[in-house]
Amino acid sequence: MPYLDLFLKPEVFLVWTSVLKTGGIIGIVLTMVAYSVWAERKVSAFIQDRVGPNRVGWAGLIQPIADGVKLLLKENFVPAGVNKFYFSIAPSLAMVPAILVLAVLPFGSSLFGVPMVIADLQVGILWVFAVSSLGVYGIVLAGWSSNSKYPFLGGIRSSSQMISYELSLGLSVIPVFMITGTLNLGEIVQYQVANGWMVFPAWFQPGPGVVEFVETSGAVLGVSVAKIALWIPMMISFVVFMVAMFAETNRVPFDLPEAEQELVAGYHTEYSSMRFALFFLGEYAAIIAGSGVIVTLFLGGWSLPFVPDGSQGWVWGLVNIGTFFAKVAAVIFFFLWVRWTLPRFRFDQLMKLGWYFFFELALLNIFLTAGILAWLQSQS
Amino acid sequence: MALTVQRPKLSLIERSYLPALLGGLWITIRHFMDSVFGKTKVTMQYPEQKWDSALPEWYRGAPTLVKDEHDRERCVACQLCEFICPPRAITIKPGEIPGGRQWSKVEKYPEKFDIDMIRCIYCGLCEEVCPEQAIFLRKDYSITGLTRAEMVHDKQKLYELGGVMNGLVHKWNEKK
Repeated sequence: MPYLDLFLKPEVFLVWTSVLKTGGIIGIVLTMVAYSVWAERKVSAFIQDRVGPNRVGWAGLIQPIADGVKLLLKENFVPAGVNKFYFSIAPSLAMVPAILVLAVLPFGSSLFGVPMVIADLQVGILWVFAVSSLGVYGIVLAGWSSNSKYPFLGGIRSSSQMISYELSLGLSVIPVFMITGTLNLGEIVQYQVANGWMVFPAWFQPGPGVVEFVETSGAVLGVSVAKIALWIPMMISFVVFMVAMFAETNRVPFDLPEAEQELVAGYHTEYSSMRFALFFLGEYAAIIAGSGVIVTLFLGGWSLPFVPDGSQGWVWGLVNIGTFFAKVAAVIFFFLWVRWTLPRFRFDQLMKLGWYFFFELALLNIFLTAGILAWLQSQS
Repeated sequence: MALTVQRPKLSLIERSYLPALLGGLWITIRHFMDSVFGKTKVTMQYPEQKWDSALPEWYRGAPTLVKDEHDRERCVACQLCEFICPPRAITIKPGEIPGGRQWSKVEKYPEKFDIDMIRCIYCGLCEEVCPEQAIFLRKDYSITGLTRAEMVHDKQKLYELGGVMNGLVHKWNEKK
């Protein structure tokens, strides 16, 4: 079988498995985007004691498809006076970075020996930050090229907001890397498989100083002083990162670039049809990617306590993938839940919170982690 | 005199806003759970569920024409309803009943009787003014159409909606 040999050559194997993984992840994420729009409407309805979409399909489940068809069939209107070139590339610029982030997220352990991550970069998290900040270009360009005051204000707000929160976003995860000693997202997940999730530190390898509760093969449910001590900076990191992620993805209470009540629809006021849909898609893809990063860094990625990884059989590989997306869905639900609970910040409050509070908190947290790590080292 | 509003003094924990945030999240998740488990009272699902059975006796729906127990159309084309109709929704073209027919003593009948349901305000004055008790506001409230022409109820449609009404007016009946 010459063809089979060709397919199994390492380079060729890498190419076609990567293509398959890319196609699969884009398919899953775009479906998730469609259904998070549905979930958004349904959750908001339930929280406000309404019914939500229930006309198209059972419980409105075909609603996203109907929405998509509607947007496809609408006129792609370009107002007079816009800068046509930037006006038409802005929606893509808003969507592409959000999708690119997914490339480095380990969305599963392994399936038939193939690692379930598209690009296993050593600088994984740096890629996430670098690419996701590019998303602001789409918004700023949309606001500026629309040649209209509301989008312009939305674009300005967006850029200042992103700059303010990028800092605390980046600084808040540094303690994670100090503990794990790697920037590779796959290795961070492996660390959490062995040592318990960052926000749930009760699950370790057996060792000295570990108080064991339950023991099965390899993993132990128990606590140790070291983990409890490191749990405090981890929780601070988690909260700061979560809040910064809300700001980064323009979600309530930080949705100032859109701010329906003040800015009509913010940066996408002048957009219609598929260009508007791309903004929408980008926004929700950013939420999914952001949730994926949160899950990977703090909630143990694809791991569950006492569930083996893909090397124990492909069923477990699928279970791991399912676990990852279930966790992402749970974080997305939290995003929606917060959206329908909190009112929007005023712009000065937003800036104050970012610069006076979260920036300092994230910075202090690094020193706190360093201190705890030094203390732990002196103990051992 | 200016009124000074006393701001409540917040404790350190309250000033962090965390209890308020968590309280808000608790309230919304409670509403969410109540909705999921069907404990929330939601509004009526209109096209599937309707108020029809609970409509009161005096409900004023679409105006209709009725026939009597002898299948005679009650309207004698006096045009009082046309004159009283505040939005001028009713248009009547009277016609003469030729001699030799069973009801030729009634003399007039409406050749055309149109009610423009776009104009109709469901006030019921036509029903009140009718000396022959030929026009009644029935309980139909969902009057829809795709064109303006469709929204004009002609005589046939009006009788279809109205049906037969027994009794009440006997003056045209044969003397026993």
